Amino acid sequence: MFSFSVPLGKLVRALSRLRGGGSALPGLVVEKIDPGFMQRTLAMLPQGVAVVSGTNGKTTTTKMVVELLESQGLKVFTNRTGSNFTRGVAASLLGEVDWRGRLDADVAVLELDEAHAVHFVNQVPPRFSLLLNVLRDQLDRFGEIDKTARLLQHIAAKTSGTVVLNREDPRVARIAATVTGPEVLYFGLDESLRSTFPNDDDMRAPHAATAHGAATAHVAGTAAAIPAVAVPTAPEADVVLRRVGAEDADFEFDGATITTHMKLRGVYNIFNAAAALALARAIAGTGSTDTTKLVKALSEVAPAFGRGESLTVDGQPLELVLVKNPSGFRLGLKSFPAKGYASMIAINDNYADGRDMSWLWDVEFDSLREDGVEVLTGVRAYDMALRLQYDEVRIGAVDTDIPAALAAFIRGSQGKPKRIFCTYTSMLAIRRELAKITTVEVVS
Amino acid sequence: MTPADDTTAQPGATAQPDTAARPDTTAQPGKGTIRVLQLYPREMNIYGDWGNALVLQQRLRWHGYTPELIEYNVGDEFPEDVDVIVGGGGQDSGQLLIQDDLQARGETLRQLATDGTPMLVICGLYQLFGKFFKTSAGPVIPGIGILDVETNGTDERLIGNVTLNSPEFGEILGYENHSGQTTLGPGVEPLGSVSRGAGNNSKDGHEGARYRNVVASYLHGSLLPKNPAIADFLIRTAVERKYGTFVPGTPDDGYARLAREHAARRPR
Ligand SMILES: [Zn+2]
Repeated sequence: MFSFSVPLGKLVRALSRLRGGGSALPGLVVEKIDPGFMQRTLAMLPQGVAVVSGTNGKTTTTKMVVELLESQGLKVFTNRTGSNFTRGVAASLLGEVDWRGRLDADVAVLELDEAHAVHFVNQVPPRFSLLLNVLRDQLDRFGEIDKTARLLQHIAAKTSGTVVLNREDPRVARIAATVTGPEVLYFGLDESLRSTFPNDDDMRAPHAATAHGAATAHVAGTAAAIPAVAVPTAPEADVVLRRVGAEDADFEFDGATITTHMKLRGVYNIFNAAAALALARAIAGTGSTDTTKLVKALSEVAPAFGRGESLTVDGQPLELVLVKNPSGFRLGLKSFPAKGYASMIAINDNYADGRDMSWLWDVEFDSLREDGVEVLTGVRAYDMALRLQYDEVRIGAVDTDIPAALAAFIRGSQGKPKRIFCTYTSMLAIRRELAKITTVEVVS
Repeated sequence: MTPADDTTAQPGATAQPDTAARPDTTAQPGKGTIRVLQLYPREMNIYGDWGNALVLQQRLRWHGYTPELIEYNVGDEFPEDVDVIVGGGGQDSGQLLIQDDLQARGETLRQLATDGTPMLVICGLYQLFGKFFKTSAGPVIPGIGILDVETNGTDERLIGNVTLNSPEFGEILGYENHSGQTTLGPGVEPLGSVSRGAGNNSKDGHEGARYRNVVASYLHGSLLPKNPAIADFLIRTAVERKYGTFVPGTPDDGYARLAREHAARRPR
């Protein structure tokens, strides 16, 4: 069937590109004149659609799933960074389909923001879904964590084939009890690594509740701790992250443990690799996967934009770590130890960062006490300074002007590896500045 | 987005506050111990409420007193000799989990409030220190009635930066995020009048509640770090009740002042 919407949408897309416009406009046009376009096009894919959602790590995980599937010879359609909403998917599709509206792919793997994913799955029920975590993110937008969990539950309910869940996040693991149709698989962590993944419920009581109800005595209380949300017994996971080394990691699946070199840094990213493995295995079919190629692809996955990527400045590594919520910041501090690094923190409160600064008080900065922080910047640099003052962390300089602060940081920490923790919009500003002095991949 | 006056580092700001320079702050001996009770940190601790407990502890040290933090959770034995109490917000589910325990402690807490114990309750516990919280879904969660206020859940969420003017504490800055709307009765005074933001509800133009030495507010941020005047009120009251006189130290509030200036300029 020939449809006018595709040529028209592609034309709008080409025009909006010429104007340097965003990706949504062509998606909007095609949505208006042909509302069935996305659903129809994705329905043609032989292996169906997989949705990746959750608060943290969607981008890196989606990228990993795509690369893992490509190692198995599958053609994968995916949405570009920053277009993780329905209209963005439609726009990405327009760029990929031929003039007859056909998509040359076996499967679509789509990163979708929790709220947008709900609209998406109502239009296009996925065959697979991967639900990563429910953390305090943009509470400005969703109001409450429990509401975010309900959004993910809705995605699971609409999934026809397999739902892959994070066994270690109680709010995600609990979704298993609510789905009746699809098969449920888990990705999990070795017991020894669980303490490095605080969740929002036990952040003030690190020894208290775990996802599995293994309660230990609470420091200050006299009565035994009752975990807020307990999963009675830990279900078997399809893929388990067993160990994380300096440059390698152990994953267990199919009853065996494999050790592989990893380009990815940070325990948190590597846990998402376990998530990606579980989803990729489900899509490719566990019986028919080529494990050698799968593991090789896993070892070569590089971090996505801002997720612990390393640049070179003055012959020294400079790492950018995106922090956008308390759990992400805590994981960042744990995953990237401060020792031997010069540190800088950049905090903005623009809409995309979240306006509420409360989250800085839900992170403990003790790990920075020994080495201090050289430079603080961003619109809310003084909120960060105040936070560090109360954790007794030494502060070098505070300057809300990002370019000036970055220049001072680089000047002042010559010969040392550098690390910058930054919120989303401050990272964009920092990358713009860094692009003037080193090679920075431009994300469109 | 950066005002010109920010680009040159200000002397009070780049200079290291000496309080933070000491990695190990031990209290001067002799000034005494103050027991800080944090109510329900497990269920009622969202949007940085922990920061309020941290600020009380650190400022007590900076004033030369020894803080002792006690966490009270559901089912714990209620500690004796509490000098100052802080409690935070929670999700609706957290409020349901604590309500029976809170009712069981209601008489003790009412007595402490009547006696003049300084308390800070934020958001969820502000609501439950009132007469009731009628949730938008229907069920009514009874409060413990320390504050003459009533809260009704709505579908409208009041979110954003807030500025108040308080006769007692001057300008108060914070961030609100709540869908419960609170109405004050004659038994309390508002904490302040709202100059930016919503406050207790979408029509009355005031925020928070004051009763004896209880300070109640919807403001997160956390509230105390950027509003050291309120922190020091709680500390001074606690110390005076216990030791008769308060001998203040000299905390360095340079960063707090600058953080306030910048917060005041940010959009709602
Ligand atoms: Zn609140």
